[in-house]
This record gives sequence, structure tokens and C-alpha cells, in this order.
Amino acid sequence: MQKLKLVVVGNGMAGMRTVEELLKIAPDLYEITVYGDEPHPNYNRIMLSPVLAGEQTIADIILNSREWYAENNITLHTGKRINQIDRIRRVVTAEDGSSSEYDRLLLATGSMPYILPVPGKDLQGVIGFRDVKDVDTMLASAKTHKHAVVIGGGLLGLEAANGLMIQGMDVTVIHRNEWLLEKQLDKTAGNMLQKSLEAKGLKFLLKQETGQLIGEQGRVTALHLKDGRELAADLVVMAIGIRPNFALAQAAGIHCHHGIVVSDTMQTYDPRVYAVGECVAHRGISYGLVAPLFEMAKVCATHLANFGIGLYKGSVTSTKLKVTGIDLFSAGDFRGGVDTEEIILHDAVGGVYKKLVIKDDKIIGSVLYGDTTEGSWYFQMLRDGKPIHEIRDHLLFGQDSLGNTGHAGQNSAAAMTDAMEVCGCNGVCKGTIVKAIKEKGLFTLDDVKKQTKAASSCGSCTGLVEQILASTLGGGYAPPSTSKAVCGCTDKNHEEVRAEIRAQKCLNIPDAMAGMEWRTPNGCATCRPALNYYLLSTWPHESVDDPQSRFINERVHANIQKDGTYSVIPRMYGGVTSPAQLRKIADVADKYAVPMVKLTGGQRIDLLGVKKEDLVDMWADLDMPSGYAYSKGIRTVKTCVGSEFCRFGTQNSTQLGIDIEKAFDHMWAPHKVKFAVSGCPRNCAESGIKDVGIIGVDSGWEIYVGGNGGIKTEAAQFLCKVKSADEVMEYSGAFIQIYREEARYLDRTVHWIARVGLDYVKQRVLEDEQGRKAAYERLLYALQGAVEPWSERVKNREKYKEFETITV
Amino acid sequence: MSNWVKIAAFADIPPLGARVVRTKNADNSTLEIGLFRTEDDRIFAINNRCPHKAGPLSQGIVYGDKVACPLHGWKISLVDGKAEEPDVGTTACFETRQENGFVFLCLDK
Ligand code: SRM
Ligand SMILES: Cc1cc2nc3c(=O)[nH]c(=O)nc-3n(C[C@H](O)[C@H](O)[C@H](O)COP(=O)(O)OP(=O)(O)OC[C@H]3O[C@@H](n4cnc5c(N)ncnc54)[C@H](O)[C@@H]3O)c2cc1C
Ligand code: SF4
Ligand code: FES
Repeated sequence: MQKLKLVVVGNGMAGMRTVEELLKIAPDLYEITVYGDEPHPNYNRIMLSPVLAGEQTIADIILNSREWYAENNITLHTGKRINQIDRIRRVVTAEDGSSSEYDRLLLATGSMPYILPVPGKDLQGVIGFRDVKDVDTMLASAKTHKHAVVIGGGLLGLEAANGLMIQGMDVTVIHRNEWLLEKQLDKTAGNMLQKSLEAKGLKFLLKQETGQLIGEQGRVTALHLKDGRELAADLVVMAIGIRPNFALAQAAGIHCHHGIVVSDTMQTYDPRVYAVGECVAHRGISYGLVAPLFEMAKVCATHLANFGIGLYKGSVTSTKLKVTGIDLFSAGDFRGGVDTEEIILHDAVGGVYKKLVIKDDKIIGSVLYGDTTEGSWYFQMLRDGKPIHEIRDHLLFGQDSLGNTGHAGQNSAAAMTDAMEVCGCNGVCKGTIVKAIKEKGLFTLDDVKKQTKAASSCGSCTGLVEQILASTLGGGYAPPSTSKAVCGCTDKNHEEVRAEIRAQKCLNIPDAMAGMEWRTPNGCATCRPALNYYLLSTWPHESVDDPQSRFINERVHANIQKDGTYSVIPRMYGGVTSPAQLRKIADVADKYAVPMVKLTGGQRIDLLGVKKEDLVDMWADLDMPSGYAYSKGIRTVKTCVGSEFCRFGTQNSTQLGIDIEKAFDHMWAPHKVKFAVSGCPRNCAESGIKDVGIIGVDSGWEIYVGGNGGIKTEAAQFLCKVKSADEVMEYSGAFIQIYREEARYLDRTVHWIARVGLDYVKQRVLEDEQGRKAAYERLLYALQGAVEPWSERVKNREKYKEFETITV
Repeated sequence: MSNWVKIAAFADIPPLGARVVRTKNADNSTLEIGLFRTEDDRIFAINNRCPHKAGPLSQGIVYGDKVACPLHGWKISLVDGKAEEPDVGTTACFETRQENGFVFLCLDK
């Protein structure tokens, strides 16, 4: 079949990102031709600032090398400007007369620096800050000249000024507003920034405007302010804004209004012509940062690929200044208005300023100066519209203020040196991450995880990695919204998938994938386990459990070890054992020469290093139930001695623990679930860090939920107090069932509660009595007739061939 | 000369699953091969050691023509044994053939 022809005008960041996204999902659909008027292959424009500051070279910031175009069969024309589009014949023509036909056309022509219409603007040495050519001019001027003036105290202007100063020039910034970065900062933060930059050696003239430029022999030599003052100027950089580049489209009769007008599918008024990047006006807005362009690219690619899904609905952007040593962050509406509230922390001596603007219980804007640790957290809440009243009192102090392990208590990336370890699981240092972001052109957390392995294991350093991304990329970094697609096989997020499974009554994975138009024939290792769990939890007893969609541990009911052997942990309900049980375990350990016998942190015994072939025989000899130590499901119920023996005990915590563990045995869940029951507030069973923690008091039992003792220590929150053990069962069972039905796969209870709020949980479990009883009933129904997996395998050996090795 | 060995009944290899084949060689060395079956009933044989840290690939989740290693999740192609980018590494592949409901494995490599 003849391929369709796609022509791309503009070899920049938005155009090429769209092509990359397209190649990922429809590699063979098009014959692609790209025109760019710069002489270079696509490079990372935002890194021109570090290049100017001498921190990087042009070679470092190339995103797509010429080889990449060749490998992907893309015809690349560099140094060629398209100056005509013939929409009837569907041909684009370049300045040199060459032309290409298209079936579909993608316009990604970016924007141009706005040049002040003042006398002298055409003199040599008067430039914008947009491309490699401009950087070359600046570097050359710095070698031969002394005085630079930057017009515009916005992000671009300040980065230019900082770079020129590092290159040895004497730099003055002229700014029309009362303070710097007025589009990103309020006055307080703007003034703090100015002070730090002045300390570095920059000079500022605020509330000033340029009158004219004076030159000698064609080159600029001075700048006259409107008030008549004169400044020496051998180089003038205008950084006062950008203008979308749409003249080409307009000349071709495509509807433009301050930009190429596009719909939510990134189509222009001519349906064959798409447009992305800074050249477009989407819902009346033109963006000047890369994060929105990447979102546009994704949507545009799905339409070019004929999938016809995905809508671009606009972006909320955030900003960082890429000047080494200066930490500022700004997002959303930071000015506020009559109907907003502000939370402010200002430490003028320490150089820290934090401001959150709140409206209707949601963050709508923030400005951070000096300490931007929590920038991406605030931004995420802003984008997700998360209610904040529950965390309001400690919002400004941050989410990582306690409990995170694995990186020596560090929680501010800026304060770390390059040699310090960020990811304790994979041994990745800050310097390695920064280098990869700059040189490999990484933009997202996922990119960094893949390329460096940082944050790819336990995830406790995710916040640090996000900070490093944000400070290296400036506004180019947008933290992932917490409501994202399950994986690359679908665009649906977890909630949507759950809703569809319920609405369509999907009972097995193939039907679910067909019903939701999965892109891949049988999913991947991320979505299949999630789907399997959603099916089981939505339609208990009716849906089909698919062992092949479970992680190995759940498939073989044992824990895989680094050398491919397994560990066996039998249940000891409530942590209680007996001499007979211990003797049996000892005999089994002897018989199978178990390399290590260990007491676990969950009050039971682990037999480690068992060969897979031996598992079934061992289970037969043990004749004990599986401890589910491998499961996303009920793990342990930790107990203390309680009133039967302990001199302080107020309640029989051991018995209640045993009862709970027996009642909820075999329960699958979005992630592991741990309970603990303590007999008095001394809390020897550590109920405060369990998914459900129960504490006996003289008058009954207190129930705490959402604790976690793992990667990030989280204290459980008080849910309620009840009188009887039966009520503990009902309340905690209902809580767990709602978690089972509504949380995302791989959410522990703490993560789920953080998203929906404790108020919601209380409403469902405490206020809605009918609902609570019904949820508890649903849990008991789901657990009815559950089979003990080890004895099942012992009884039906022939069904479990997977345990046998074939020898030849 | 090819050394084709009859290994197992096709039906004994679970779809989207794998079996482990252990060979005892003349020199007393052993080799573990993962025998995989994809959803569309193709059979692949690759060395049962992940190029990362020797994880037993046969225990991973199979999807498309790939397997995700059970230890740290590298994605290995069953077709050519290569790790999916950005990870780098390759594990050895062996030829297979199906005949009358049985799977044969070519052990020269
Ligand atoms: C065996 C045991 C360590 C021990 O020798 O004591 C253990 C071993 C493992 N833990 Fe654990 N954890 C063990 C108690 C704990 C505890 C303590 C507890 O339960 O009181 C915690 C903190 C409490 C908590 O979960 O909130 C704990 C927090 C983790 C975490 C972090 C979970 C989190 O949400 O932050 C992981 C990683 C994960 O699940 O993704 C983990 C994962 C693991 C895994 C399964 C790692 C893996 O994926 O292979 C380890 C399996 C080793 C193996 O091959 O058998 N283990 N792990 C403990 C088994 C308890 C049991 O009887 O079932
Ligand atoms: C110095 C600097 C620092 C920046 N820092 C940041 C930052 O920290 N964070 C952030 O998010 N963003 C930053 N930006 C903005 C970011 O670089 C842009 O948003 C992004 O590059 C826009 O992508 P684009 O594809 O729309 O345009 P471009 O990348 O400009 O690509 C358009 C390309 O099309 C070419 N072209 C135009 N017309 C034609 C034609 N008729 N024929 C052929 N080719 C044509 C242009 O020459 C250009 O190469 C920065 C920009 C600059 C200049
Ligand atoms: S047992 Fe737990 S803490 Fe210990 S190494 Fe394994 S995962 Fe880490
Ligand atoms: S051993 Fe396979 S991913 Fe690490």
C-alpha cells in the first residue's frame, strides 16, 4: 500500500515531538518530509541558556541527530524556508523553489522574538534570543565588546543577562514594570530575586523604557532611555516577548487570530492541516513553554495516526528560572483577587518566601522563592484541583517533612551536591541525573526513570528527582497529573477503566481489552495485573482470574528471590504459634535443606531459598496455610499479648487479631494490607503504622486507618471508636472493602486516602450506616468459599505443571 | 549439524506462560532455557537468564512477543533476546519448531 505523505514545516521542538509520538504509535503510516529554516537538526531550544552560560555546547543539546532522521526514513531539509502553501494542489514550496506534496500537513513554525519598533532596531548587535545564531552572536560579542543591555526583565531576559555576565560582559537589564518577572512573581518575590541577581553583579533599571538605539558604522553603541539618559551598549538583546509565527499559514488562507487557530484535535480550519507549538492559538491562548507543546504533540499524533482519540484542552503552566543558584517557582494565578485567600511564609533574612493562593478550598496559584522543594507537589494539587482543608495547617511545611527514607533525609535537591546519592535503591547521584536530563533531552519523570533508573524502584526519591527536573528544565517540566493513563496500552485512567468494567460487565481480560479498545493485543506487564485485580474486585465469583496476568509471586504463591529461588511463609494467625507447629517447621527446614530460617517483621517464620520444584512437596509436608507474604492482599495481623497475660492489657488483642486474620484470609487488594491490634495505648503491635490499626482501650476499641511503615512512614489517622469486637470487624471490613473497590491498583490505603480525603472515608464508613453494612457484606461475599492456595496445589498437582522443570 | 530435541507437548506450555527446560551437557554443565508461548501460539526459546542480573525470565509476565523480567522488570524480546531500550543487553535465543502437537528445540548455538 502506498504510504500517505506527511509534510512538517518547522524542525523545532513541537514538530519533532509530534513526529516522535507518531512514530511510536503508527511507525509505517506516513512518508515523512521535514522542512526547517535553521541549518541544524532539532535541538533543545530551552538549553540555549545553559549554552550561553558556558555550561553546555550545541552538540550536547541536539535532540534528534541527522542519523535519527535517516534511521526513521524521514527526509530532512535544513536551511530551507517554506514560503508558500498551495492548499488546492496540496503542495508546499520553499524559497529555493523546491517543493513537496502532502496528504497531511503539520505546521510547527514556532514564534519570533518581538523587536521594539524603535529607531536603530536594525543596527548590527541588536538581536533577540531565540536560536543558535543569536547565541553565537552573543558569544562573539562577549569576546570583543564590553557593554551589554538586555531589554526585558522576564525569564528569557534574565537568562540572557546571566549568561552574558558569565561570559564577562557588563550587563544592564531595562525593565518596564515595577519589579522583575511580574508575570510570574508578586512584588515581594520579585524584589528578592532582584537582590540576589544584583549580588551576582547584574544591574537593573526598572520602570524604564527604551527611546532609541544609536550606532556608529552600522553597529550599535548606545541606548537612549525615554527619559533621555544614555547607556553604553555594544550589544542589545531584546527579550520582551514573542509573536507566534503564522504569516505563512495566513497567506495560505488558513484562519489565524494572534496565532494559527486550532481545535482541541490540533486541526486548523483546513482539516488536512494540523498545527502545534508556539505558532498556534488554542482557545485563544498561545503558549511559550514546552510542557504544553508536548501535550499538544501527543494529541496531534493520535489524530495523525487515525486513532481519533485524545483532546487537547489547554494547559496550566508553571515556571522556573534556569539561573544556577537561584530557586524560584511560580504557577497558576498567584495574584489572587477579592474571593481568594493567601497563605504566606516570608523569611527575609533566610531568603525564603512562599505564597499559596487558595480559592474554594483549592490551590489556584503559588509563588516560591528560595525554597522550591514543594513546587511540584503544589502544582500537582493545583492541576488536580485537590481540596486542601485537611492538610492546610502544614501545607507550607511540605509533604516530605518527615518519614521519607533512602536518601539520608535530604529533601531539597538544590541543597545537594552533584556527588550526593538521590536514589538509594539504584545508587544514582544528583550529577548523573542532571547530566542525563541535559544531554539526553529528558523532559519527564518517566524519561528519567528509564534512562537513569533513579526513582524506578521504591520511588521514595521521586520528589527529589522532580525537583531536579524542574530546576534543570525551567518551565519545561510539568509534573504528571495524578490521574494518568494506566499505561501505554490505553488512554484511560484507572477510574475510567474501573467504571467501564462495571458498566460493560467485563468478566475476563480479553473482553475488557476489547471493550475498551486496548491498543495492544494482550496488554503489558503494567496493565494486565491491574485489569485482573479490577475484574476480581468488581465481579467476585463471576470474573475469571488469570494467573498469567499476575506477578510471579502471586502466580506461584511464594516470594521470588534474587537467585530465582523462593521463600515460604506460612500463616501464624495473629503471630501465635505452638511447639508442634515449630517442630513441624523445623523438620521441613531440615528435610529441604532450607538455607535460612528467619523471623519476619510480621511475626512469623520465613523459610528462604527454596527451589521452585520443591515448593509443592514442602507445602504438603508443612500442611499449614499460605501466609500470603507475596500478595497484593491481606498480609499479617500483628498483635500484642493483650489482656490475657499483660498486666496493662485492657482488651484481648491477640484473639481479635486472630479473628480478623481468619475472617479476611485470602483477600486480594489493590496493594498489600496490614492490620495490627494492640491491647492498650502502649501500642506494642505498632497499630499506628498499619493500613488498619486497632487499639484496645478500657471502653472499647479505637480504629486508625491509612498508616504505613514502609518507604515513607505515615502515621495512621483516627477513624472512630467502637464498643465491641464485632463492630471492629464491621467497620474495618467496610473500610477495606471500599478501598478494594475504589483505590487504584498499587495504591496502599494511605495513598488512596490522600487522594479521596479522610472526610470521604468517614462519610462512607461512619455516617452511612446502611452503606457500611452493605460494604462489609460485599467483602464477606467476595471471600466466601475462597480456596487455600497451597493445599489446592498439593491436591491437584497435575494442574500445576509450571512447577516442574523439563530436563533433557 | 543441528541437534533438534523433542521437548514437550505443545499443550503443556501455558499460553502467555513458560516452562523451564534444563539441559545436562556432556561436560556436566547445565543450561536453563525458558520455553515461552505467546497468545497467538508461537513458541520461543531463550536463555532463562536476564541480561541484567540473571533473573529467571521464564517466571516473568509474557505479553506480545516480550517478557517482563520478574526481578526488576526489564523487558526482553522473545524474538531476538534483546532488552527494550533504554536498557541494554541480549540473552541467547534458540530455534524451535512445532510438529504434531510437540515442540522441538534446537540446542546448537
Ligand atoms: C520478609 C520481610 C522482611 C523480614 O525478613 O522481616 C519482608 C520482605 C520483603 N518486603 Fe517487606 N518484608 C517484611 C515486612 C515488612 C514490614 C514490617 C511489617 O509488616 O510490620 C514493612 C513496613 C510496614 C508496611 O508495609 O507499611 C515492609 C515494607 C515493605 C515495602 C514498602 C511498602 C510501602 O508501601 O511503603 C515493600 C515494597 C513494596 O511492597 O512495594 C516491601 C517488599 C518486600 C519484598 C516483598 C520485596 C520484594 O518485592 O521481593 C521482600 C521479600 C523478601 C523475600 O524474598 O522474601 N516491604 N515489609 C517481612 C515479611 C513480613 C511478613 O511476615 O509477611
Ligand atoms: C533561550 C530560550 C530559553 C527557553 N527556556 C525555556 C524553559 O526553560 N522552559 C520552557 O518550557 N520553554 C523555554 N523556552 C521556550 C521553548 O523553547 C519553546 O516553547 C519551544 O521551543 C517552542 O517549540 P516550537 O516547535 O513551537 O518552536 P521552535 O522550537 O521555535 O521551532 C520552530 C522551528 O520552525 C522553523 N520555521 C519557522 N518558520 C519556518 C518556515 N516557514 N519554514 C521552515 N522552517 C520554519 C524555525 O526556524 C524553528 O526552527 C525557551 C526558549 C528560548 C529561546
Ligand atoms: S527485605 Fe525489605 S528492606 Fe530488606 S532488602 Fe528486601 S525489600 Fe529491602
Ligand atoms: S535481573 Fe532481570 S531485570 Fe534485573
